[in-house]
Amino acid sequence: MPGTFEPLPGGGAAVALDDVEISIIRSLAVQLLELIGPGPAADAPDDPLAGLFAEGPSEPPTDPVLKRLFPDAYSDPEQPASPRDAEEQRAYSAEFRRYTENDLRAGKRDNALAVIRSLDALASAAAGEGGAVLKLSPAESQQWLGALNDLRLAIGSRLEITDEEDTDLLYRLPDEDPRKPMVMAYLWLGGLQETLVGTLMS
Amino acid sequence: MGSVTSPAPLEIERTESAEEVFAVPEPDVPWVTIVHNDPVNLMSYVTYVFQTYFGYSKDKATKLMLDVHHKGRAVVSSGSREEMERDVQAMHGYGLWATLQQDRK
Repeated sequence: MPGTFEPLPGGGAAVALDDVEISIIRSLAVQLLELIGPGPAADAPDDPLAGLFAEGPSEPPTDPVLKRLFPDAYSDPEQPASPRDAEEQRAYSAEFRRYTENDLRAGKRDNALAVIRSLDALASAAAGEGGAVLKLSPAESQQWLGALNDLRLAIGSRLEITDEEDTDLLYRLPDEDPRKPMVMAYLWLGGLQETLVGTLMS
Repeated sequence: MGSVTSPAPLEIERTESAEEVFAVPEPDVPWVTIVHNDPVNLMSYVTYVFQTYFGYSKDKATKLMLDVHHKGRAVVSSGSREEMERDVQAMHGYGLWATLQQDRK
């Protein structure tokens, strides 16, 4: 079935993708890669070793997508803190960010790159055929799963999906709404992710 | 979870004692990792993450996922502050919205 991952005997997963679908996922993954970037700490010194010891940022990102991908670790979104506690939470979150954000960015970049690489291999194999069956190893499935989730978080954040009702609303957007193509992509990626999770849990 | 009571009176008591001013949070009070609800993350994916990362049974992972979904949050692990920072970092890696705090109950 189109847009549906199936488990492969012996592990891994497969999905049939046509040229258009391949280019949509690829382009979204490239955009995600560019957005995540090396991070603010990487206005890099020439010494490549210095990068290994570079600290991450201490301030939360300003872009809403990045803020969602790298949230504050110590600020409970539902329980407003007293000014003193809030100050302490900010300091702890900043410290956590310095030591984790670069690694988190690198992990998400790796996943997005894995997606791009497998699509490029598929596209060259599928040249002239109009489409092909993408086959993922179990390890690639994990990376795809992470990347599909990050893509949906990114699109969800751009579409300002903040509660369940927003999702319901998306299903009822009129065709002429400018958000429609993004919404279609969001829902389609959701189906891909859902069926990919299914193959990993079966 | 309608009424959030301010801890103000407690704060005043605490600062009265010179010792308490320098007190760090008691090390024997455990920390917890909390996962917050998010309309984007799929229920199946959240369950998968709880099973894969924490090694929870399908039943336990599903119950925690449903708590996140219906109550808006769930405590998914507890332990030392360092352990909880590790768990929160892992959850962020998976794209789940997680925070840690000391379990003051």
